[in-house]
Amino acid sequence: MAMKIGIPKEVHDGERRVALTPETAEKIQKLGFSVAMEAGAGVGADFTDDAYREAGVEVVEDVKALWANSDIVMKVRAPEPHPALGVHEAELLREGGTLMSFIWPAQNPELMDRLKERNATVLAMDSIPRISRAQKLDALSSMANIAGYRAVVEAAGQFGRFFTGQVTAAGKVPPAKVLVIGAGVAGLAAIGAANSMGAIVRAFDTRPEVKEQVESMGAEFLMLDFEEADDGSPNTGYAKTMSKEFIEAEMKLFGEQAMDVDIIITTALIPGKPAPELITSGMVESMKEGSVIIDLAAEQGGNCALTEPGTVAVKHGVSIVGYTDLPSRLASTASQLYGTNLRHFLTDLTPEKDGQIAVDMEDDVIRGATVVKEGEITWPPPAIQVSAAPAAKPAPAVAAPPVEEEKKGKNMGGLIGLVIGGVLLAALGQVSPPEFLAHFTVFVLSCFIGYMVIWNVTPALHTPLMSVTNAISGIIVVGALLQVSSSSGLVVFLAFIAVLIATINIFGGFYVTQRMLKMFQK
Amino acid sequence: MNLGLQTAFYIASAVLFILALGGLSHPETARRGNAYGITGMALALIATIFMGDQVQGAGYVWLGIAMIVGGGIGLFLAVKVQMTEMPELVAILHSFVGMAAVLVGYAGYFDPSLALSGAAMVIHEIEIYLGVLIGAVTFTGSVVAFGKLKGIITSKPLCLPGRHWLNLGLGVGCLFLGSIFVGGEHSGGAIFALILMTLIAFAFGVHMVMAIGGADMPVVVSMLNSYSGWAAAATGFMLGNDLLIVTGALVGSSGAILSYIMCRAMNRKFIAVIAGGFGSDGGTVAPAGDGEQQEYSPETSPDETAEMLDNAKEVVIVPGYGMAVAQAQHTINEITRKLRDKGVNVRFAIHPVAGRMPGHMNVLLAEARVPYDIVLEMEEINDDLPETDVVLVIGANDIVNPSAQDDPTSPIAGMPVLEVWKSGTVVVMKRGRGVGYAGVDNPLFFKDNTRMLYGDAKASVDAILSNIG
Repeated sequence: MAMKIGIPKEVHDGERRVALTPETAEKIQKLGFSVAMEAGAGVGADFTDDAYREAGVEVVEDVKALWANSDIVMKVRAPEPHPALGVHEAELLREGGTLMSFIWPAQNPELMDRLKERNATVLAMDSIPRISRAQKLDALSSMANIAGYRAVVEAAGQFGRFFTGQVTAAGKVPPAKVLVIGAGVAGLAAIGAANSMGAIVRAFDTRPEVKEQVESMGAEFLMLDFEEADDGSPNTGYAKTMSKEFIEAEMKLFGEQAMDVDIIITTALIPGKPAPELITSGMVESMKEGSVIIDLAAEQGGNCALTEPGTVAVKHGVSIVGYTDLPSRLASTASQLYGTNLRHFLTDLTPEKDGQIAVDMEDDVIRGATVVKEGEITWPPPAIQVSAAPAAKPAPAVAAPPVEEEKKGKNMGGLIGLVIGGVLLAALGQVSPPEFLAHFTVFVLSCFIGYMVIWNVTPALHTPLMSVTNAISGIIVVGALLQVSSSSGLVVFLAFIAVLIATINIFGGFYVTQRMLKMFQK
Repeated sequence: MNLGLQTAFYIASAVLFILALGGLSHPETARRGNAYGITGMALALIATIFMGDQVQGAGYVWLGIAMIVGGGIGLFLAVKVQMTEMPELVAILHSFVGMAAVLVGYAGYFDPSLALSGAAMVIHEIEIYLGVLIGAVTFTGSVVAFGKLKGIITSKPLCLPGRHWLNLGLGVGCLFLGSIFVGGEHSGGAIFALILMTLIAFAFGVHMVMAIGGADMPVVVSMLNSYSGWAAAATGFMLGNDLLIVTGALVGSSGAILSYIMCRAMNRKFIAVIAGGFGSDGGTVAPAGDGEQQEYSPETSPDETAEMLDNAKEVVIVPGYGMAVAQAQHTINEITRKLRDKGVNVRFAIHPVAGRMPGHMNVLLAEARVPYDIVLEMEEINDDLPETDVVLVIGANDIVNPSAQDDPTSPIAGMPVLEVWKSGTVVVMKRGRGVGYAGVDNPLFFKDNTRMLYGDAKASVDAILSNIG
């Protein structure tokens, strides 16, 4: 018996997204599920009921029946009180049913309890571990990407000038200068969008390692004129709380930039904490008339001191946009990407493609997302053993100290070696005839010359290097030549053979080197 | 007969040899460098043959015959050799130097004209002993390396039980025989000791290289290169000839540096490579994965690959020994040309130990007329890989293995590798689903952005070429 998936209309005020689009719904049915939806659920995202019907989705008018008949309910926003029915959505969920949506378990303990009472299984799209294998399920990144793009569109809407600079018959228009603070997914998307509209984009992040990504999106990466003392703490990939000196340097930079740029887009978030205040009211005051600030952290309190979450506030002539629903303002694309994330997740949950989900708690990704399992709260999940990229980062940090020790050991070894070498050399000088020492001098000096010269050889020419050293080591022929006129027949014979094979080396080595070097060309 | 002039010539030729090596710092100066080398050698020969009084009478006849025959063989080998066979040629040339050192050492010992005594005599005999020892090890070592490269001898490491003890025993034996030889009478015991030591050194050379596996060959070849230099230097000491000492020292340090570079590129200790048996210690190396059954990345087809290359802006090709085996370099160059004409930026990434000798891949690509300025070293290109759209891996495995960075328990952990997995898409051309030389599973073959293209590399690249519009 295939499981039924239900898509209710979002009830949050102003929410226009929908969990599945006709396209994603159609693909999900290929996994063996049947899909039903509340009439008008897709309207906000410009998908008509007819489009869903064409995709094979059953359209249901009765919301309560939809919830009650669905084995799996897919939503965007976390369940909340239903304004029309006067019940909490969690109460509508079938006893023992499955819910897939954003949950934010840390912020919503009360919701978690309600879901637990329903004996539900809840898969939180916000709790999917951010490992490379789960990238295609990562709804947070999808939404952040949209928010970043939309932030630029909102800024352009508020801003009274071109983004791109133009020289027209009617005069010159300077390009807009945009500062993006925080180069996460949203920040990078904003950089890309602003850059493609022709603005001059600068970006700042506390993690200097994102410099390359920022530059690849076409922005200038602002560096702090400051050396953060390396406290040796492992790199977690997250922005960490910075030292006082660092923050001072950072604020000074923002202060200087505020006077110069036209648009500031802030995306700075610290997980589990209120958003840091980066743009003070003083900085807002110092900005030019008509400037725009887009505060993507508005929901978490805002990066700007004057942000009013949910609305546009005009302070000191600067429009401060504090919208908290940016992805919803791009509802069609947001629904499409979110639906695709859901579909990928469902594919992982349905290994047999038979319309039956299996919540495999051994799978790191599924384990992380499962916040309630059959009435048991399973959040937070145990720390997973991260396999790929993240593990690589701490490794060098951990590896560093032993390397240093080894180096120290080597230095010590070198010193001991030098002393021993010196003693041996002195001993040699005591016993050996001066003639030998003269040769020995030549030998040692030649070794050093060889050392200096060979390090300059480009690796591309290592093979010719070997063949040419082959050729010149045929110089051993000189030794044989000195012996070939000996009075002893045996010596002459040995020398003869030696001359012969050494000559093979000389001619063969030089010629083949010549052949190879001729091939190297631009 | 002017000994002063002879010495002057020797100095000139030593300087020319140094210039020859110095010229190799860049492809453009390299050819001039080789000319310096040839000039230096000619000066040295002229000086030795005509300016001293060492060569007389019948000696001219003998050396004339030997040089004509030897020169003929040398040129014949050099003309005939395929670029893919360069490692073999280099190995066999090393063996000649080794053998020559042995012969000159013996001849020097039997030469009745020298009459030394006291400390000078002892030093002279030590020099002979060392020259023969190093020469003999170089000789058999190179012959075995040649056999392994040629495929006559299996490239798997031969691990005799207790091989380290065996090596130690051979070494102690040589020391002991040396103590008999040095200072002994020029007959009976001393000669016997010298011959026995030569045999032991031969055996040691064979055993040492037999224990080293195929992919460690770059280290072995450069190490033998170094030995051949030291053998020449030891011979120089024996004969009191500074030119030989200088040249030997140059070659010796060149080979030593190459060995060091190769070892560093594999993140391995020189001693560990020479001790041999890599990839077979403690029986089989278990697959490095966490035991989890993973699926190989999806397969792709030549026409799909061609389309990917067509649509890319940045392409990097990573060649390995497999390209040499399949002789695919010419087709690769055709592909490169076609793509570059369309404005695709195609470059090559060369890992220091790709192939079977240092710089092997560079020579193959040069042979196929790939411009050398798009052939880059690992350090030069690793930072560009994240911005690369498509990486084509041809017959390479361990040098692109991410577990060298991610998995501290991996046998190749810490080895610098080409970070191809950071690029957009990696197409891996592979004969079949096997592990690499090190016997290590390659997580690259399981990554989301990897596509596998199975089959013979030559056939695959031919198919790709015909599909690029």
